[in-house]
Amino acid sequence: MPLIKEGRIAADLWVSVAEDEAVPADRPAIVGLRRWQAETATLRARIAPLGIRLKNNDAVADIAGDLDRFELVALEFPKFTDGRAYSQARLLRERHGFPGEIRATGQVLRDQFQIMHRCGFDAFQVADAGAAEGWVQALQEIGVRYQEAADGSATVRELRHRAARSLMWPQAEVTAAW
Amino acid sequence: MYLYDEFDQRFVDQRVEQFRDQVRRRLEGELSEDEFKPLRLMNGLYLQLHAYMLRVAIPYGTLSAPQLRQLALIARKYDRGYGHFTTRQNIQFNWIKLEDAPDALADLARVQMHALQTSGNCIRNTTADQYAGVAADEIEDPRIYCEMIRQWSSIHPEFSFLPRKFKIAVTGAPNDRAAVRVHDIGLRMHRNGEGETGFEVMVGGGLGRTPMIAKTIRKFLPKQHLLSYLEAILRVYNLAGRRDNLYKARIKILVHEIGAAEMARRVEAEWAEIRDTAVDLPAAEVARIADFFAGPAYAPQPAFVPEFEAARRSGADFARWLRTNTAAHKQPGHAIVNLSLKPAGKPPGDVSAAQMEAIADLAERYSLGEIRVAHEQNLVLPHVALRDLHALWQALDALGLATANIGLISDIIACPGMDYCALATARSIPIAQRISERFHDLARAHDIGGLTINISGCINACGHHHVGHIGLLGVDKAGEEFYQLTLGGRADQDAAVGAIIGPAFSSDTVVDAVETVVDTYLALRRQGERFLDTYRRVGQTPFKEKLYAAH
Repeated sequence: MPLIKEGRIAADLWVSVAEDEAVPADRPAIVGLRRWQAETATLRARIAPLGIRLKNNDAVADIAGDLDRFELVALEFPKFTDGRAYSQARLLRERHGFPGEIRATGQVLRDQFQIMHRCGFDAFQVADAGAAEGWVQALQEIGVRYQEAADGSATVRELRHRAARSLMWPQAEVTAAW
Repeated sequence: MYLYDEFDQRFVDQRVEQFRDQVRRRLEGELSEDEFKPLRLMNGLYLQLHAYMLRVAIPYGTLSAPQLRQLALIARKYDRGYGHFTTRQNIQFNWIKLEDAPDALADLARVQMHALQTSGNCIRNTTADQYAGVAADEIEDPRIYCEMIRQWSSIHPEFSFLPRKFKIAVTGAPNDRAAVRVHDIGLRMHRNGEGETGFEVMVGGGLGRTPMIAKTIRKFLPKQHLLSYLEAILRVYNLAGRRDNLYKARIKILVHEIGAAEMARRVEAEWAEIRDTAVDLPAAEVARIADFFAGPAYAPQPAFVPEFEAARRSGADFARWLRTNTAAHKQPGHAIVNLSLKPAGKPPGDVSAAQMEAIADLAERYSLGEIRVAHEQNLVLPHVALRDLHALWQALDALGLATANIGLISDIIACPGMDYCALATARSIPIAQRISERFHDLARAHDIGGLTINISGCINACGHHHVGHIGLLGVDKAGEEFYQLTLGGRADQDAAVGAIIGPAFSSDTVVDAVETVVDTYLALRRQGERFLDTYRRVGQTPFKEKLYAAH
């Protein structure tokens, strides 16, 4: 399936390894949580890049201590209306500081690109390559963000008070706890 | 009231253009109906029996006069000249064309309104006490917190595809007029031992086919942590709420299955991780929002107005209207005025465009330009000087909006039912019309006293039948409409789910059955007892005996 990264169709170097398949030693491979748990020592020792695939009911906390070993975490949208992966992605980025690729798989549609991006996804496995065309527009359709999330973009509350802060108030007063 | 700044305005404008493009892609076949459905739902557009229905959010039930006029314009321009106020402080237009919807949303955005998240599996319009900011018993205006929630929940990137819809209600007063205990999250402001204000947090209330009263998971939440605590609840729900069965997907089922103590433990654990991050608003932003709700500058009014007292004494109709349709105002010399949208024989909650325009004019003349929507499907003018009450009453009477029945038997809550709704199994509105005609005699209604009747046209319970003192649920039996009666429900601070009294009544006999319940109560009541008091004292049996004696 085509992969979108940074708004463009990108080459996908990764192979997603099924539970009963051999893990190729010579190329980047994504394994499931069960495989990782059963073969942790072997997988840790491999040289080629490793990614992990989480189901929606796998707890992110269960792999928090192992995140340094993964270059990629693949999260699933079994249906686009199933929103559990949004929470998983934010936890990976914001709580556990995962710096690698977070890949959206399953039913990944253009109209959800922006909220996926905001939750920390940065790679999108889509059904057809045409989806890349709407990417830039999808990310810019709504330029106003009310919440803090994983994308680091400025929120309304910051923009509202930024000007006032630099002009009028000493920093200490603004940051004083309410 | 809250006014949009450039950011809020840009947000709703961009949402309109985004939806315009989505509608275009749908009409051109680029989007399937399955893909389009959640997008239109999040913009308030339902597909009903006969047409699309647009549900417009009225955040925490507060409207300005120009906004109400714009709703009238939308009713005329895109609908059939009327709108329907719902039990969630929204207004619905029942005859919208898909291709017109983006223009209707653009007209809303012009007056700082939207239809965002009025349906779909997301955080819905947050509701509040319709007397917020003016009630004599209030601790703090809940709308400050509702507006914070409105902004926080607007396209929340993590919580836009929840297991099911999610409704939050807030009250700032001990007397709960917002039915907070039958919401997914109910928030009740109160003071702790140190005199600080905060919230009792209740989770897992709801009606539908499995009615539940919300459980308290935190007795006192310092108010500055409201958003982070809500985020913790929503995250627990988003990850753990059931997605295998539509009817078990609400948070009430999760709370029921794991228990309130375990729910509290999970929420507290999640909150401990995020309470000191940037979820909560900085002080400057809280102060900015709170300023909008500081309250209007009231012209000083005498607490005793001789001409008002004289009018009250000389006119029985006026006095009766004052008794039911006005409420105590925190500002001396003022009153809160309820406009009844329940005249005898009319569909509850319906207002014509002409009435909307007239109400907007009256609001500007007598209520500092402000209108409220009550979840009981009535309207409120929140700032009326005592000296204006008589003139306002006369003006409302001429508009058919002064029926003195607020809180009485003919002040019926009813869902749209099978006249409009694709989910309904029976009609609600005609039953409400017939009951209000049966009890049209106001002297009799006042004698019966405080008694609410709630009617739902299907098990989804949009008409809140579970929490009506008398509840009616329409069911379909072999193609015929029947109505199941429940007694003893209530939606206030002592919220309770009513109990089914027995076999359902046919459409022909249900109004007689309601009258039998009322007559039984009148025969049994002791001095000063309201319907619920008598029912609690005597139980179901006497009602059952009378209702089913002849059967």
